[in-house]
Amino acid sequence: MLNYLWGFMILIGIVYAAFTGHLPEVTNAALTSAKEAVALCITMTGIMSFWVGLMKIAETAGLLTSAAKALHPLIRFLFPHIPKEHRANEYISTNMIANIFGLGWAATPAGLKAMEALQDLNPKKHLASTEMCTFLIINISSLQLIPVNIIAYRSQYGSTDPAGIVGPAILATLFSTICGILFAKFMAVRTDKRGK
Amino acid sequence: MKFVLFLSEAIIPLLIFYIIATGISKKQDIYDNFVKGAADGFRTVLGIMPTLIGLMVAVGILRASGFLTFFSSLTASLMSYLHFPEELIPLTIIKMVSSSAATGLLLDLYKEHGPDSTLGTMASLMMSSTETIFYTMSIYFMAAKVSKSRYTLAGALFCSLMGIIASVVLAGCL
Repeated sequence: MLNYLWGFMILIGIVYAAFTGHLPEVTNAALTSAKEAVALCITMTGIMSFWVGLMKIAETAGLLTSAAKALHPLIRFLFPHIPKEHRANEYISTNMIANIFGLGWAATPAGLKAMEALQDLNPKKHLASTEMCTFLIINISSLQLIPVNIIAYRSQYGSTDPAGIVGPAILATLFSTICGILFAKFMAVRTDKRGK
Repeated sequence: MKFVLFLSEAIIPLLIFYIIATGISKKQDIYDNFVKGAADGFRTVLGIMPTLIGLMVAVGILRASGFLTFFSSLTASLMSYLHFPEELIPLTIIKMVSSSAATGLLLDLYKEHGPDSTLGTMASLMMSSTETIFYTMSIYFMAAKVSKSRYTLAGALFCSLMGIIASVVLAGCL
């Protein structure tokens, strides 16, 4: 996907610039953007290293596991049809906790495992099960509590209060997640009724 | 709004305090663990650096050519009717496909308007409260080998839209 997106962004840019007489600016933009990307990464390195280091402490202190356990009642509410002892529960809660703490690299593997586990429970293999739909909708509604990378970008571009967006961001995320849960639940109940 | 601002100020220090205090009370090698994790974080940024260079150059070219402005102006009248700033259209669309490409556009917005402007705040919130719909759906369903996704896309689009609306409204309140 990114292959075409990236390619076409550059091609369209150059063609459009040629027709509107902005070609010199294009050269300039290419050079300065590349330089800026590196400057940005240097700022990012500091903030991300600190954050990931902190998360490592949380992980080894068992905070992530206990947070995943605290999520169990919610998982039961969202996915009532998954058998209580099934491993899908564990993968789903790990994925959600990792997403909440912004640990993308931990969230994706757990999420993919969760999908495989849900597929084992799925009676119609080519069709997404209701649980899969719920899981993905909630996942896509964004769960991240603290958008560390956005804070890093803001600080690089001279924001006076880079973390000032944390509060509203939590509200916006909460709102979209609640809407996602309502939508998924509504559709799930409708499917259940039709099945009976 | 006061509580939200308090949350912004306090949540990070409180979280840091909580994590470190828990680490100490569980008698962990917190400093060692921190350094190990920091090295991981370092590698992560190093890993995304080439992507970021590629995408920032692409967005830079697109911006310099004037195409982004042209593209946003196409939808300007519709968007002003909806009270949605046209400058955020490219970001909204690209974010559904690729998070890193959207980052390129976000930084471009910061550069043009400043991260603390209303537009900058809206974009920050939008990036924080939405996910890459098509990317996430394709890798997750690929893992399960499912070909029909039923109402997932509708639900994903719905909650992304809600996130965008919340971002615009909240940025307006700040």
